[in-house]
Amino acid sequence: MKSFVRMSYPYILWIAVFIVAPMIMILLYALTRTGNGTLTFQFTLENFSRFFSDPDFLRVLWTSLRIAFITTVFCILIGYPAALFIANLPEKRQTLMILLLTLPMWINMLLKTYAWRGILMNFDLESEAKVFIGMVYDFLPYMVIQIHTAISKLDRDLLVASYDLGANPWQSFLKVTLPLSVPGIISGITLVFHPAVSSFVIPKLLGGGNYVLIGNLIEKYFLVAGDWNFGSAISLIMALIIIASMYLTKKLDRNAGED
Amino acid sequence: MKKKKSVGRFFSSGYLILVLLFIYLPILYVMVFSFNESRSMTAFTGFSFQWYENMVNNREMLESIKYTVIIAVVATVVSTVIGTVAAIGLSKARRLIRSIVLEVNNLPVLNPDIVTAISLMLLFLSMKIQRSIVTLTLAHITFCIPYVILSVLPKLRQLDDNVAEAAMDLGATPWKALTKVIIPQIYPAIFSGALIAFSMSFDDFVISFFTAGMDVQNISMYVYSMKRFNPSVNALSTVIVIAVTVILVLANLIPHLKDKKMNKEDPS
Repeated sequence: MKSFVRMSYPYILWIAVFIVAPMIMILLYALTRTGNGTLTFQFTLENFSRFFSDPDFLRVLWTSLRIAFITTVFCILIGYPAALFIANLPEKRQTLMILLLTLPMWINMLLKTYAWRGILMNFDLESEAKVFIGMVYDFLPYMVIQIHTAISKLDRDLLVASYDLGANPWQSFLKVTLPLSVPGIISGITLVFHPAVSSFVIPKLLGGGNYVLIGNLIEKYFLVAGDWNFGSAISLIMALIIIASMYLTKKLDRNAGED
Repeated sequence: MKKKKSVGRFFSSGYLILVLLFIYLPILYVMVFSFNESRSMTAFTGFSFQWYENMVNNREMLESIKYTVIIAVVATVVSTVIGTVAAIGLSKARRLIRSIVLEVNNLPVLNPDIVTAISLMLLFLSMKIQRSIVTLTLAHITFCIPYVILSVLPKLRQLDDNVAEAAMDLGATPWKALTKVIIPQIYPAIFSGALIAFSMSFDDFVISFFTAGMDVQNISMYVYSMKRFNPSVNALSTVIVIAVTVILVLANLIPHLKDKKMNKEDPS
Protein backbone atom coordinates (compact mmCIF):
# COMPACT_ATOMS: atom_id res chain seq x y z
CA MET A 1 0.00 0.00 0.00
CA LYS A 2 2.91 2.33 0.73
CA SER A 3 3.79 2.26 -2.97
CA PHE A 4 0.57 4.22 -3.63
CA VAL A 5 2.01 7.20 -1.74
CA ARG A 6 4.23 7.93 -4.71
CA MET A 7 1.11 8.68 -6.75
CA SER A 8 0.85 12.03 -5.00
CA TYR A 9 4.31 13.21 -6.11
CA PRO A 10 3.31 14.59 -9.55
CA TYR A 11 0.63 16.70 -7.93
CA ILE A 12 2.98 17.95 -5.21
CA LEU A 13 5.29 19.12 -8.00
CA TRP A 14 2.32 20.68 -9.79
CA ILE A 15 1.17 22.72 -6.78
CA ALA A 16 4.74 23.82 -6.08
CA VAL A 17 4.97 25.29 -9.58
CA PHE A 18 1.42 26.50 -10.18
CA ILE A 19 0.13 27.43 -6.71
CA VAL A 20 3.01 28.08 -4.31
CA ALA A 21 5.46 29.79 -6.69
CA PRO A 22 2.77 32.15 -8.10
CA MET A 23 1.70 33.17 -4.59
CA ILE A 24 5.32 33.97 -3.74
CA MET A 25 5.44 36.03 -6.94
CA ILE A 26 2.59 38.26 -5.72
CA LEU A 27 4.39 38.77 -2.42
CA LEU A 28 7.69 39.58 -4.17
CA TYR A 29 6.15 42.01 -6.62
CA ALA A 30 4.11 43.72 -3.89
CA LEU A 31 7.21 44.27 -1.79
CA THR A 32 9.52 45.56 -4.51
CA ARG A 33 9.86 48.57 -6.80
CA THR A 34 9.00 48.72 -10.50
CA GLY A 35 11.86 48.12 -12.88
CA ASN A 36 13.91 45.87 -10.68
CA GLY A 37 16.22 43.36 -12.26
CA THR A 38 15.77 39.75 -11.24
CA LEU A 39 18.77 39.76 -8.97
CA THR A 40 18.90 43.38 -7.88
CA PHE A 41 15.49 43.93 -6.37
CA GLN A 42 15.12 46.01 -3.27
CA PHE A 43 12.42 45.52 -0.72
CA THR A 44 10.11 48.43 -0.06
CA LEU A 45 6.73 49.17 1.48
CA GLU A 46 6.05 52.11 -0.78
CA ASN A 47 3.36 50.29 -2.80
CA PHE A 48 1.36 49.97 0.40
CA SER A 49 1.94 53.52 1.59
CA ARG A 50 0.92 54.73 -1.87
CA PHE A 51 -2.39 52.89 -1.51
CA PHE A 52 -3.19 54.02 2.02
CA SER A 53 -2.20 57.65 1.50
CA ASP A 54 -4.46 58.21 -1.50
CA PRO A 55 -8.09 59.04 -0.61
CA ASP A 56 -9.24 57.80 -4.03
CA PHE A 57 -7.91 54.30 -3.39
CA LEU A 58 -9.35 54.29 0.11
CA ARG A 59 -12.72 55.32 -1.29
CA VAL A 60 -12.65 52.38 -3.71
CA LEU A 61 -11.78 50.03 -0.85
CA TRP A 62 -14.61 51.46 1.25
CA THR A 63 -17.12 51.14 -1.64
CA SER A 64 -16.12 47.50 -2.19
CA LEU A 65 -16.49 46.62 1.47
CA ARG A 66 -19.78 48.50 1.75
CA ILE A 67 -21.46 46.91 -1.29
CA ALA A 68 -20.19 43.46 -0.28
CA PHE A 69 -21.60 44.01 3.20
CA ILE A 70 -25.00 45.22 1.98
CA THR A 71 -25.15 42.32 -0.50
CA THR A 72 -24.41 39.83 2.28
CA VAL A 73 -27.05 41.34 4.59
CA PHE A 74 -29.70 41.20 1.88
CA CYS A 75 -28.75 37.64 0.94
CA ILE A 76 -29.35 36.67 4.56
CA LEU A 77 -32.63 38.63 4.80
CA ILE A 78 -34.03 37.15 1.58
CA GLY A 79 -32.33 33.77 1.87
CA TYR A 80 -33.16 32.87 5.47
CA PRO A 81 -36.95 32.71 5.10
CA ALA A 82 -36.51 30.85 1.80
CA ALA A 83 -34.24 28.25 3.45
CA LEU A 84 -36.63 27.90 6.37
CA PHE A 85 -39.69 27.43 4.15
CA ILE A 86 -37.86 24.89 2.01
CA ALA A 87 -36.86 22.93 5.11
CA ASN A 88 -40.54 22.73 6.10
CA LEU A 89 -41.59 21.17 2.78
CA PRO A 90 -42.10 17.42 2.34
CA GLU A 91 -38.83 15.68 1.47
CA LYS A 92 -39.45 15.18 -2.24
CA ARG A 93 -40.37 18.81 -2.76
CA GLN A 94 -37.29 19.89 -0.80
CA THR A 95 -35.06 18.00 -3.23
CA LEU A 96 -36.90 19.58 -6.15
CA MET A 97 -36.54 23.10 -4.70
CA ILE A 98 -32.82 22.63 -4.06
CA LEU A 99 -32.40 21.30 -7.59
CA LEU A 100 -34.26 24.33 -9.00
CA LEU A 101 -32.07 26.65 -6.93
CA THR A 102 -28.80 25.02 -7.96
CA LEU A 103 -29.58 24.68 -11.67
CA PRO A 104 -28.86 28.34 -12.54
CA MET A 105 -25.56 28.13 -10.64
CA TRP A 106 -24.28 25.91 -13.46
CA ILE A 107 -24.92 28.61 -16.02
CA ASN A 108 -22.15 31.00 -17.00
CA MET A 109 -22.18 33.99 -14.69
CA LEU A 110 -21.17 36.38 -17.46
CA LEU A 111 -24.24 35.39 -19.45
CA LYS A 112 -26.55 35.84 -16.44
CA THR A 113 -25.05 39.23 -15.69
CA TYR A 114 -25.43 40.17 -19.33
CA ALA A 115 -29.09 39.20 -19.10
CA TRP A 116 -29.52 41.53 -16.12
CA ARG A 117 -28.03 44.30 -18.21
CA GLY A 118 -30.92 43.78 -20.61
CA ILE A 119 -33.55 43.72 -17.87
CA LEU A 120 -32.14 46.76 -16.08
CA MET A 121 -32.29 48.78 -19.31
CA ASN A 122 -36.00 49.04 -18.51
CA PHE A 123 -35.32 50.93 -15.31
CA ASP A 124 -33.60 54.17 -14.56
CA LEU A 125 -31.40 53.15 -11.66
CA GLU A 126 -28.13 54.35 -10.22
CA SER A 127 -25.01 52.30 -10.98
CA GLU A 128 -24.74 51.13 -7.40
CA ALA A 129 -28.34 49.86 -7.34
CA LYS A 130 -27.72 47.88 -10.53
CA VAL A 131 -24.50 46.37 -9.18
CA PHE A 132 -26.31 45.54 -5.94
CA ILE A 133 -29.11 43.69 -7.77
CA GLY A 134 -26.59 41.77 -9.86
CA MET A 135 -24.62 40.72 -6.79
CA VAL A 136 -27.61 39.67 -4.68
CA TYR A 137 -28.83 37.67 -7.67
CA ASP A 138 -25.51 35.95 -8.19
CA PHE A 139 -24.86 35.01 -4.55
CA LEU A 140 -28.35 34.35 -3.12
CA PRO A 141 -28.48 30.61 -4.01
CA TYR A 142 -25.23 29.97 -2.08
CA MET A 143 -26.70 31.57 1.04
CA VAL A 144 -30.02 29.69 0.78
CA ILE A 145 -28.28 26.34 0.34
CA GLN A 146 -25.90 26.84 3.27
CA ILE A 147 -28.71 27.90 5.64
CA HIS A 148 -30.99 25.13 4.40
CA THR A 149 -28.28 22.53 5.07
CA ALA A 150 -27.91 23.82 8.64
CA ILE A 151 -31.67 23.87 9.29
CA SER A 152 -32.29 20.44 7.84
CA LYS A 153 -29.58 18.94 10.08
CA LEU A 154 -31.41 20.28 13.10
CA ASP A 155 -32.98 17.73 15.41
CA ARG A 156 -36.79 17.95 15.03
CA ASP A 157 -37.27 16.61 18.56
CA LEU A 158 -35.86 19.87 19.92
CA LEU A 159 -38.72 21.77 18.30
CA VAL A 160 -41.28 19.30 19.59
CA ALA A 161 -39.76 19.62 23.06
CA SER A 162 -39.97 23.40 22.92
CA TYR A 163 -43.67 23.16 21.97
CA ASP A 164 -44.26 20.69 24.81
CA LEU A 165 -42.70 23.17 27.18
CA GLY A 166 -45.21 25.78 26.05
CA ALA A 167 -43.30 27.83 23.53
CA ASN A 168 -45.27 29.34 20.66
CA PRO A 169 -43.90 28.87 17.12
CA TRP A 170 -42.25 32.28 17.15
CA GLN A 171 -40.51 31.61 20.49
CA SER A 172 -39.25 28.21 19.42
CA PHE A 173 -37.96 29.72 16.19
CA LEU A 174 -36.04 32.40 18.11
CA LYS A 175 -34.75 30.06 20.81
CA VAL A 176 -34.15 26.84 18.86
CA THR A 177 -34.06 27.11 15.07
CA LEU A 178 -32.31 30.46 14.71
CA PRO A 179 -29.37 29.84 17.09
CA LEU A 180 -28.79 26.35 15.68
CA SER A 181 -28.73 27.64 12.11
CA VAL A 182 -26.01 30.23 12.79
CA PRO A 183 -23.25 27.95 11.38
CA GLY A 184 -25.18 27.87 8.09
CA ILE A 185 -25.45 31.66 8.05
CA ILE A 186 -21.72 31.92 8.71
CA SER A 187 -20.69 29.58 5.91
CA GLY A 188 -23.14 31.50 3.73
CA ILE A 189 -21.39 34.75 4.65
CA THR A 190 -18.01 33.33 3.60
CA LEU A 191 -19.49 32.23 0.27
CA VAL A 192 -21.10 35.62 -0.38
CA PHE A 193 -18.94 38.33 1.20
CA HIS A 194 -15.56 37.20 -0.15
CA PRO A 195 -16.42 36.85 -3.81
CA ALA A 196 -18.49 40.05 -3.53
CA VAL A 197 -15.50 42.07 -2.25
CA SER A 198 -13.30 40.88 -5.08
CA SER A 199 -15.90 40.90 -7.85
CA PHE A 200 -15.05 42.90 -10.92
CA VAL A 201 -17.30 41.56 -13.65
CA ILE A 202 -20.60 42.69 -12.14
CA PRO A 203 -19.49 46.30 -11.50
CA LYS A 204 -18.01 46.47 -14.98
CA LEU A 205 -21.03 45.08 -16.85
CA LEU A 206 -23.82 46.56 -14.72
CA GLY A 207 -22.27 49.65 -13.15
CA GLY A 208 -20.84 51.15 -16.29
CA GLY A 209 -17.29 52.46 -16.52
CA ASN A 210 -17.44 54.83 -13.58
CA TYR A 211 -18.33 52.35 -10.84
CA VAL A 212 -14.97 51.06 -9.65
CA LEU A 213 -14.44 48.35 -7.06
CA ILE A 214 -11.15 46.98 -5.82
CA GLY A 215 -11.21 44.15 -8.37
CA ASN A 216 -11.48 46.71 -11.18
CA LEU A 217 -8.52 48.58 -9.68
CA ILE A 218 -6.41 45.41 -9.73
CA GLU A 219 -7.42 44.75 -13.33
CA LYS A 220 -6.50 48.30 -14.29
CA TYR A 221 -3.02 48.17 -12.75
CA PHE A 222 -2.27 44.81 -14.33
CA LEU A 223 -3.76 45.09 -17.79
CA VAL A 224 -3.93 48.82 -18.52
CA ALA A 225 -1.23 50.55 -16.48
CA GLY A 226 1.14 47.56 -16.49
CA ASP A 227 2.23 48.36 -12.93
CA TRP A 228 2.44 44.81 -11.58
CA ASN A 229 4.10 45.85 -8.34
CA PHE A 230 1.30 48.17 -7.31
CA GLY A 231 -1.33 45.76 -8.66
CA SER A 232 0.17 42.96 -6.56
CA ALA A 233 0.14 45.19 -3.49
CA ILE A 234 -3.56 45.97 -3.98
CA SER A 235 -4.44 42.30 -4.34
CA LEU A 236 -2.39 41.47 -1.27
CA ILE A 237 -4.31 44.10 0.70
CA MET A 238 -7.57 42.61 -0.53
CA ALA A 239 -6.44 39.06 0.29
CA LEU A 240 -5.45 40.17 3.81
CA ILE A 241 -8.86 41.78 4.37
CA ILE A 242 -10.54 38.56 3.26
CA ILE A 243 -8.31 36.43 5.51
CA ALA A 244 -9.08 38.77 8.43
CA SER A 245 -12.82 38.50 7.82
CA MET A 246 -12.55 34.72 7.54
CA TYR A 247 -10.82 34.67 10.89
CA LEU A 248 -13.52 36.91 12.36
CA THR A 249 -16.39 34.79 11.06
CA LYS A 250 -14.69 31.64 12.33
CA LYS A 251 -14.40 33.23 15.75
CA LEU A 252 -18.05 34.27 15.59
CA ASP A 253 -18.93 30.69 14.75
CA ARG A 254 -17.04 29.37 17.76
CA ASN A 255 -18.68 31.90 20.09
CA ALA A 256 -22.09 30.98 18.73
CA GLY A 257 -21.28 27.34 19.38
CA GLU A 258 -20.44 28.04 22.98
CA ASP A 259 -23.69 29.86 23.77
CA MET B 1 -55.71 26.93 14.23
CA LYS B 2 -56.20 25.07 10.99
CA LYS B 3 -56.95 28.27 9.13
CA LYS B 4 -53.84 29.91 10.54
CA LYS B 5 -51.72 27.02 9.32
CA SER B 6 -53.05 27.21 5.77
CA VAL B 7 -52.44 30.96 5.70
CA GLY B 8 -48.84 30.27 6.73
CA ARG B 9 -48.44 27.65 4.03
CA PHE B 10 -49.92 30.00 1.46
CA PHE B 11 -47.46 32.69 2.48
CA SER B 12 -44.42 30.41 2.43
CA SER B 13 -45.21 28.91 -0.99
CA GLY B 14 -45.83 32.40 -2.33
CA TYR B 15 -42.48 33.53 -0.98
CA LEU B 16 -40.66 30.56 -2.51
CA ILE B 17 -42.33 31.17 -5.86
CA LEU B 18 -41.14 34.79 -5.75
CA VAL B 19 -37.56 33.69 -4.99
CA LEU B 20 -37.65 31.21 -7.89
CA LEU B 21 -39.06 33.89 -10.18
CA PHE B 22 -36.19 36.19 -9.22
CA ILE B 23 -33.65 33.46 -9.88
CA TYR B 24 -35.15 32.44 -13.21
CA LEU B 25 -36.07 35.97 -14.35
CA PRO B 26 -32.87 36.71 -16.32
CA ILE B 27 -32.88 33.23 -17.84
CA LEU B 28 -36.49 33.50 -19.01
CA TYR B 29 -35.89 37.07 -20.12
CA VAL B 30 -33.02 36.20 -22.48
CA MET B 31 -34.94 33.19 -23.77
CA VAL B 32 -37.88 35.39 -24.74
CA PHE B 33 -35.74 38.17 -26.23
CA SER B 34 -33.62 35.71 -28.19
CA PHE B 35 -36.67 35.42 -30.46
CA ASN B 36 -37.18 39.17 -30.71
CA GLU B 37 -37.39 40.67 -34.15
CA SER B 38 -35.55 43.87 -33.24
CA ARG B 39 -32.36 44.65 -31.35
CA SER B 40 -34.34 45.99 -28.43
CA MET B 41 -33.97 44.46 -24.98
CA THR B 42 -36.94 46.39 -23.60
CA ALA B 43 -39.72 45.85 -26.15
CA PHE B 44 -40.69 42.59 -27.82
CA THR B 45 -41.64 43.66 -31.33
CA GLY B 46 -42.18 40.34 -33.04
CA PHE B 47 -41.01 36.76 -33.40
CA SER B 48 -37.96 35.83 -35.43
CA PHE B 49 -35.00 33.45 -35.56
CA GLN B 50 -32.58 36.10 -36.82
CA TRP B 51 -30.38 36.12 -33.69
CA TYR B 52 -29.91 32.38 -34.00
CA GLU B 53 -28.93 32.88 -37.66
CA ASN B 54 -26.58 35.66 -36.55
CA MET B 55 -25.04 33.38 -33.97
CA VAL B 56 -24.42 30.60 -36.47
CA ASN B 57 -22.81 33.11 -38.85
CA ASN B 58 -20.77 34.92 -36.20
CA ARG B 59 -17.29 33.45 -36.58
CA GLU B 60 -15.86 35.10 -33.47
CA MET B 61 -18.67 33.74 -31.30
CA LEU B 62 -18.42 30.24 -32.76
CA GLU B 63 -14.65 30.26 -32.24
CA SER B 64 -15.15 31.23 -28.60
CA ILE B 65 -17.62 28.36 -28.13
CA LYS B 66 -15.17 25.96 -29.78
CA TYR B 67 -12.29 27.08 -27.56
CA THR B 68 -14.44 26.97 -24.42
CA VAL B 69 -15.43 23.37 -25.12
CA ILE B 70 -11.92 22.21 -26.12
CA ILE B 71 -10.31 23.81 -23.06
CA ALA B 72 -13.00 22.48 -20.73
CA VAL B 73 -12.62 18.94 -22.11
CA VAL B 74 -8.80 18.98 -21.88
CA ALA B 75 -8.83 20.59 -18.41
CA THR B 76 -11.44 18.10 -17.18
CA VAL B 77 -9.62 15.01 -18.45
CA VAL B 78 -6.17 16.11 -17.23
CA SER B 79 -7.37 17.42 -13.86
CA THR B 80 -9.52 14.34 -13.23
CA VAL B 81 -6.57 12.02 -13.90
CA ILE B 82 -4.01 14.04 -11.90
CA GLY B 83 -6.52 14.74 -9.13
CA THR B 84 -7.66 11.14 -8.75
CA VAL B 85 -4.09 9.80 -8.81
CA ALA B 86 -3.03 12.45 -6.29
CA ALA B 87 -6.00 11.72 -4.03
CA ILE B 88 -5.16 8.00 -3.96
CA GLY B 89 -1.56 8.84 -3.10
CA LEU B 90 -2.61 11.34 -0.45
CA SER B 91 -5.02 8.92 1.19
CA LYS B 92 -2.04 6.68 1.94
CA ALA B 93 0.43 9.48 2.73
CA ARG B 94 1.52 10.53 6.20
CA ARG B 95 -0.95 12.78 7.92
CA LEU B 96 1.39 15.78 8.04
CA ILE B 97 2.11 15.65 4.31
CA ARG B 98 -1.56 15.16 3.55
CA SER B 99 -2.64 18.14 5.59
CA ILE B 100 0.04 20.43 4.10
CA VAL B 101 -0.90 19.42 0.55
CA LEU B 102 -4.59 19.89 1.32
CA GLU B 103 -3.95 23.38 2.73
CA VAL B 104 -2.19 24.37 -0.49
CA ASN B 105 -4.85 22.56 -2.51
CA ASN B 106 -7.49 24.74 -0.85
CA LEU B 107 -5.79 27.99 -1.84
CA PRO B 108 -7.31 28.26 -5.33
CA VAL B 109 -10.72 27.32 -3.86
CA LEU B 110 -10.62 29.91 -1.07
CA ASN B 111 -8.65 32.66 -2.79
CA PRO B 112 -10.61 35.20 -4.78
CA ASP B 113 -10.39 34.26 -8.48
CA ILE B 114 -8.61 37.49 -9.24
CA VAL B 115 -5.76 36.64 -6.86
CA THR B 116 -5.29 33.20 -8.42
CA ALA B 117 -5.50 34.85 -11.84
CA ILE B 118 -2.82 37.49 -11.30
CA SER B 119 -0.56 35.04 -9.47
CA LEU B 120 -0.55 32.77 -12.52
CA MET B 121 -0.16 35.74 -14.84
CA LEU B 122 2.90 36.87 -12.86
CA LEU B 123 4.33 33.35 -13.03
CA PHE B 124 4.04 33.22 -16.82
CA LEU B 125 5.27 36.79 -17.30
CA SER B 126 8.30 36.43 -15.06
CA MET B 127 9.23 33.13 -16.70
CA LYS B 128 8.95 34.97 -20.04
CA ILE B 129 6.34 32.48 -21.24
CA GLN B 130 4.11 34.00 -23.89
CA ARG B 131 0.48 33.84 -22.75
CA SER B 132 -1.52 31.62 -25.11
CA ILE B 133 -4.06 28.81 -25.21
CA VAL B 134 -1.40 26.67 -23.51
CA THR B 135 -1.00 28.93 -20.47
CA LEU B 136 -4.78 29.28 -20.33
CA THR B 137 -5.23 25.51 -20.28
CA LEU B 138 -2.50 25.08 -17.64
CA ALA B 139 -4.32 27.65 -15.48
CA HIS B 140 -7.63 25.82 -15.93
CA ILE B 141 -6.08 22.49 -14.97
CA THR B 142 -4.58 24.17 -11.89
CA PHE B 143 -7.88 25.49 -10.57
CA CYS B 144 -9.82 22.33 -11.53
CA ILE B 145 -7.64 19.74 -9.75
CA PRO B 146 -8.52 20.95 -6.22
CA TYR B 147 -12.24 20.28 -6.87
CA VAL B 148 -11.48 16.76 -8.08
CA ILE B 149 -9.39 16.06 -4.98
CA LEU B 150 -12.04 17.54 -2.67
CA SER B 151 -14.59 15.26 -4.27
CA VAL B 152 -12.51 12.05 -4.43
CA LEU B 153 -10.43 12.11 -1.24
CA PRO B 154 -13.31 11.92 1.30
CA LYS B 155 -14.68 8.91 -0.57
CA LEU B 156 -11.27 7.19 -0.54
CA ARG B 157 -10.95 7.67 3.19
CA GLN B 158 -14.25 5.85 3.72
CA LEU B 159 -12.93 2.81 1.85
CA ASP B 160 -11.85 -0.27 3.70
CA ASP B 161 -8.08 -0.59 3.17
CA ASN B 162 -8.31 -4.31 3.79
CA VAL B 163 -10.08 -4.99 0.50
CA ALA B 164 -7.16 -3.70 -1.59
CA GLU B 165 -4.71 -5.41 0.79
CA ALA B 166 -6.59 -8.66 0.40
CA ALA B 167 -6.51 -8.37 -3.39
CA MET B 168 -2.75 -7.93 -3.29
CA ASP B 169 -2.32 -10.80 -0.82
CA LEU B 170 -4.20 -12.95 -3.30
CA GLY B 171 -1.65 -12.05 -5.95
CA ALA B 172 -3.03 -8.91 -7.59
CA THR B 173 -0.43 -6.40 -8.70
CA PRO B 174 -0.79 -2.89 -7.22
CA TRP B 175 -2.02 -1.79 -10.66
CA LYS B 176 -4.72 -4.49 -10.64
CA ALA B 177 -5.69 -3.58 -7.09
CA LEU B 178 -5.99 0.02 -8.19
CA THR B 179 -8.02 -0.53 -11.34
CA LYS B 180 -10.12 -3.48 -10.19
CA VAL B 181 -10.67 -2.67 -6.53
CA ILE B 182 -10.09 0.97 -5.64
CA ILE B 183 -11.25 2.89 -8.73
CA PRO B 184 -14.56 1.02 -9.15
CA GLN B 185 -15.45 1.92 -5.57
CA ILE B 186 -14.75 5.63 -5.97
CA TYR B 187 -16.10 5.96 -9.50
CA PRO B 188 -19.14 8.12 -8.58
CA ALA B 189 -16.89 10.59 -6.72
CA ILE B 190 -14.53 10.79 -9.70
CA PHE B 191 -17.53 11.42 -11.95
CA SER B 192 -18.91 14.23 -9.81
CA GLY B 193 -15.42 15.75 -9.47
CA ALA B 194 -15.10 15.72 -13.25
CA LEU B 195 -18.53 17.34 -13.62
CA ILE B 196 -17.56 20.16 -11.24
CA ALA B 197 -14.22 20.59 -13.02
CA PHE B 198 -15.96 20.81 -16.39
CA SER B 199 -18.39 23.43 -15.22
CA MET B 200 -15.67 25.46 -13.45
CA SER B 201 -13.62 25.52 -16.64
CA PHE B 202 -16.60 26.13 -18.92
CA ASP B 203 -17.84 29.12 -16.89
CA ASP B 204 -14.53 30.66 -15.92
CA PHE B 205 -13.92 34.25 -16.80
CA VAL B 206 -11.50 35.91 -14.39
CA ILE B 207 -8.63 33.41 -14.52
CA SER B 208 -8.96 33.00 -18.30
CA PHE B 209 -8.98 36.76 -18.80
CA PHE B 210 -5.59 37.15 -17.09
CA THR B 211 -3.84 34.04 -18.40
CA ALA B 212 -4.94 33.83 -22.05
CA GLY B 213 -3.03 35.21 -24.98
CA MET B 214 -4.39 37.18 -27.92
CA ASP B 215 -4.79 33.91 -29.83
CA VAL B 216 -7.68 32.61 -27.78
CA GLN B 217 -10.99 33.77 -26.32
CA ASN B 218 -13.59 31.76 -24.44
CA ILE B 219 -17.31 32.53 -24.25
CA SER B 220 -16.99 34.63 -21.09
CA MET B 221 -14.14 36.69 -22.53
CA TYR B 222 -16.08 37.18 -25.74
CA VAL B 223 -19.13 38.46 -23.87
CA TYR B 224 -17.01 40.70 -21.64
CA SER B 225 -15.13 42.28 -24.52
CA MET B 226 -18.20 43.07 -26.63
CA LYS B 227 -18.34 46.80 -27.22
CA ARG B 228 -22.09 47.16 -27.75
CA PHE B 229 -25.08 45.10 -26.80
CA ASN B 230 -25.43 42.15 -29.13
CA PRO B 231 -28.75 40.22 -29.06
CA SER B 232 -27.04 37.11 -30.48
CA VAL B 233 -25.77 36.60 -26.94
CA ASN B 234 -29.41 35.94 -25.97
CA ALA B 235 -29.52 33.14 -28.50
CA LEU B 236 -26.22 31.77 -27.21
CA SER B 237 -27.45 31.90 -23.60
CA THR B 238 -30.65 30.09 -24.54
CA VAL B 239 -28.69 27.30 -26.22
CA ILE B 240 -26.37 27.01 -23.20
CA VAL B 241 -29.25 26.98 -20.69
CA ILE B 242 -30.92 24.15 -22.60
CA ALA B 243 -27.63 22.23 -22.89
CA VAL B 244 -26.85 22.63 -19.18
CA THR B 245 -30.36 21.51 -18.21
CA VAL B 246 -30.14 18.43 -20.42
CA ILE B 247 -26.67 17.52 -19.09
CA LEU B 248 -27.74 17.94 -15.46
CA VAL B 249 -30.92 15.94 -15.93
CA LEU B 250 -28.92 13.17 -17.63
CA ALA B 251 -26.23 13.24 -14.93
CA ASN B 252 -28.95 12.84 -12.30
CA LEU B 253 -30.84 10.21 -14.29
CA ILE B 254 -27.97 7.96 -15.37
CA PRO B 255 -27.25 6.56 -11.90
CA HIS B 256 -31.00 5.90 -11.43
CA LEU B 257 -31.29 4.18 -14.79
CA LYS B 258 -28.23 2.11 -14.02
CA ASP B 259 -29.74 1.06 -10.69
CA LYS B 260 -32.96 0.10 -12.42
CA LYS B 261 -31.11 -1.89 -15.04
CA MET B 262 -29.10 -3.69 -12.38
CA ASN B 263 -32.29 -4.52 -10.53
CA LYS B 264 -33.74 -5.95 -13.70
CA GLU B 265 -30.70 -8.07 -14.40
CA ASP B 266 -30.45 -9.24 -10.85
CA PRO B 267 -34.00 -9.72 -9.57
CA SER B 268 -32.76 -11.00 -6.22
